[in-house]
Amino acid sequence: MTDGVPGEGPADEAEIEVDVEVAAAVSDEGPPILALEHVSKSFGAVKAVIDGVIELRAGEAHALLGENGAGKSTMVKMLAGVHQPDGGRFLINGEPVVLDGPAAAIEAGIAIIYQEPTLFPDLSVAENIFMGRQPLRAGRRIDAKAMTTEADQMFARLGVRIDPGRIARGLSIADQQLVEIAKALSLQARVIVMDEPTAALSAVEVARLFDVIRALRADGAAVLFISHRLEEVFEICQRVTVMRDGRHVLTAPIGELSAPQLVRAMVGRDMPERAPGEKRAPGEVRLTVDRLTREGVFTDVSLQVRAGEIVALSGLVGAGRSEVARAIFGIDRYDAGAVTVGGRKLRKASPTAAMAAGIGFVPEDRRQQGLVMEMSIQQNVALASLNALRKAGIIRASAERSFASDWAVRLSVKYGQLTDPVSMLSGGNQQKVVLAKWLGRQPSILIVDEPTRGIDVGTKADVHNLLDQLAADGIAILMISSELPEVLRLADRILVMREGRLTAEFSQAEASEEDIMAAATGQLEAQAR
Amino acid sequence: MTATLAPAREPGSPVPASSRRLAERVFRIRELGIVAVLIVFVAVTAAIQPRFLNSSNIQFVLVDATIYGLLALGETLVVITRNVDLSVGSVLGISAFACAKLASAAHGVPLPVVFLAGLGIGLGFGVINGLMVALGRVPSLVVTLATLYIIRGIDVLVVGGGQVVPSSYYPSFLSMSKATVLGVPDLAIAVAVLVALGWYGLRTFRSGRELYAIGSNPDAARLAGIPMGRRVFTTFAISGAIAGLAGVLWASRYGTVDSTAGTSYELQVIAAVVVGGVAIFGGSGSVVGAAIGALLLQTINSALYVLGVSPNWDQAIAGFLLILAIVLDRIISVRLTASLRRRSARRGT
Repeated sequence: MTDGVPGEGPADEAEIEVDVEVAAAVSDEGPPILALEHVSKSFGAVKAVIDGVIELRAGEAHALLGENGAGKSTMVKMLAGVHQPDGGRFLINGEPVVLDGPAAAIEAGIAIIYQEPTLFPDLSVAENIFMGRQPLRAGRRIDAKAMTTEADQMFARLGVRIDPGRIARGLSIADQQLVEIAKALSLQARVIVMDEPTAALSAVEVARLFDVIRALRADGAAVLFISHRLEEVFEICQRVTVMRDGRHVLTAPIGELSAPQLVRAMVGRDMPERAPGEKRAPGEVRLTVDRLTREGVFTDVSLQVRAGEIVALSGLVGAGRSEVARAIFGIDRYDAGAVTVGGRKLRKASPTAAMAAGIGFVPEDRRQQGLVMEMSIQQNVALASLNALRKAGIIRASAERSFASDWAVRLSVKYGQLTDPVSMLSGGNQQKVVLAKWLGRQPSILIVDEPTRGIDVGTKADVHNLLDQLAADGIAILMISSELPEVLRLADRILVMREGRLTAEFSQAEASEEDIMAAATGQLEAQAR
Repeated sequence: MTATLAPAREPGSPVPASSRRLAERVFRIRELGIVAVLIVFVAVTAAIQPRFLNSSNIQFVLVDATIYGLLALGETLVVITRNVDLSVGSVLGISAFACAKLASAAHGVPLPVVFLAGLGIGLGFGVINGLMVALGRVPSLVVTLATLYIIRGIDVLVVGGGQVVPSSYYPSFLSMSKATVLGVPDLAIAVAVLVALGWYGLRTFRSGRELYAIGSNPDAARLAGIPMGRRVFTTFAISGAIAGLAGVLWASRYGTVDSTAGTSYELQVIAAVVVGGVAIFGGSGSVVGAAIGALLLQTINSALYVLGVSPNWDQAIAGFLLILAIVLDRIISVRLTASLRRRSARRGT
């Protein structure tokens, strides 16, 4: 397998030119209460963290920033005891420790608020907060009354009203997040890691959370705060650590950096070369999405894609991009709005209708959703075109083979035998098979979600050239990509989503990585205010 | 462009106590509903055929239900953690034969020792199941399906065509299952006490709540630092021990033991557990519900017999009840989720 490193991009370039020295910390007495020193972590061939550094001092709120795939989540999981570092040192109060599981991390005084709430839907809110640590009365029995009272106190501190006696199923995302926060507070931890705690919260709740963070700091705890909202980082944090491509980039007092400097530190790459070849001339509108809304996921998304045009949907993971694509293709339902193809409204929640209308969809996760891994290359290529290959209801292997070999050659898939299982191919060639599968249907509209994730550099260029070629042939392409260089290289227009809404549109000529990141993180709005 | 934050939320009014009670009541319906079905069934059957309510028939039904109810107690612990134990019928069978041998007049092993032997045999198999599931991380469905066949195979090999006949026991072994207090079999009372203890334990102790947590969201349980392997292992050990114990009761109740004792009991036990309102994917349900489920299935069994309906209907009706239970479960959970959402929505979330 030649799977590349996700998000690594052209990584081995020189350091970026943000000139900052690691400055004086919040409290300099003694060792930091927690430190990860030059830790690394690989999963198989994928190096998630190459050189991670975090140093937390008592009484500080410390931001951890980085693009998607920079290694933040892996760092969090090391702190949580879920993963153990392959290399480097993990220090608590200057002493090396090994956290062999989540229980050890809790024991060591580290509490994590995960981005995705991790609740028990069948249990009460109070039980969710105190699971494994319920207050006891005589005979080691659970003191349900004390548990409810303490949960109530916790919520009072957060200034919210959630009934501790109700079960967790059916809680809104915001309430789930608040239960997670209450759980972390109840641990009375000295280190609290908050992974995007504010993503689902309203402004009022965010303000209360910040009050709680200030109170925690005053008590001498350290908070590691992960957020894509830079204005929050500037409001609540004293120091900041930036990671990129699994490596530590800088650690500095927040006052020494401006928002543009931070964004540049996170993005950190040179501008990619623009697409070679001439500018494309888009034709008529092929795909129209009008005020598409799925409650709680995305809101009022309107866009158009023309023939021969590549439109990129950019933004952070979780902004709702893939969900929009899935709704357009009919995998997910939507609550309001319409999808129109060639002047005709598309039936909602029907991939069959979408395919009949000429839409092809290359999903984000090719292993789970794009391919049948155990089936042969030729069967996978032919899978979406079985109707065309069928004669009297029977699919002949010979027709399948010639169809598949035709497309495999056109996409220069590197394979041994067409009858080999597709799981034997490298990630990049698997992706070509997914593309071949859809191109075999000769779609007029192609939706590609993260087309080059986890693909080596060479094949990535192949895929880019292929997408260029398809656009030149007049196919309308909607591309979702978290890799800004890829977006800038391929797209004619770039739409940026943030928290389920479209927040900005750039033409290829006017777009820059900084502007897109600013729109994706809400900086654009902050400046406009 | 302005910030697109969600609308600020009002602190909201206190959650009315009535809606909490409603949610709880809806939850209890799982057990209440099955009690209602039981009562209706008994009433209708007794109206048609009063013989149904004579004391010897009630005793038979109760003793049979006792054996299933006991098995259901162990099975419920396993199912709550999102696992399943298919080996209980085979464990019951092998324990029944071994204990029947021990309790024969020829060996004359005292009754308490016979019980301990049954318990020990079951515990041994339960430990094997538990180790493979918890340490080997093999899905419990596969592990216990394998041990179902293996244990039955050992049973057949050892017992062969032989059987233990009622006349071979010392008298107190057989009379044990016929003793009653105020018309209620001693065994039924003992098992009811065990079920009550199980119910209390699951509600009151951390380890009990952790079983629900594991079944409700295994990933979250791991992150909460719950010792999942140990907990799951324990449920299989208990389920096995209980099946061994049930083997002793089975031998005493039926007297004649051959290598087919307890065949396909596992399916009836799982049916009882599900009919009793325990979610097959874990996380909710109670041992009381499961025990009542076992009682209901036995009552139906007996009612059909008393009414002169062909026993062939028995299984079809059990299957129908199972579907009914699942449909009811879906409806309740959908409505409950909707009502909880509405409550969140009313608060302006």
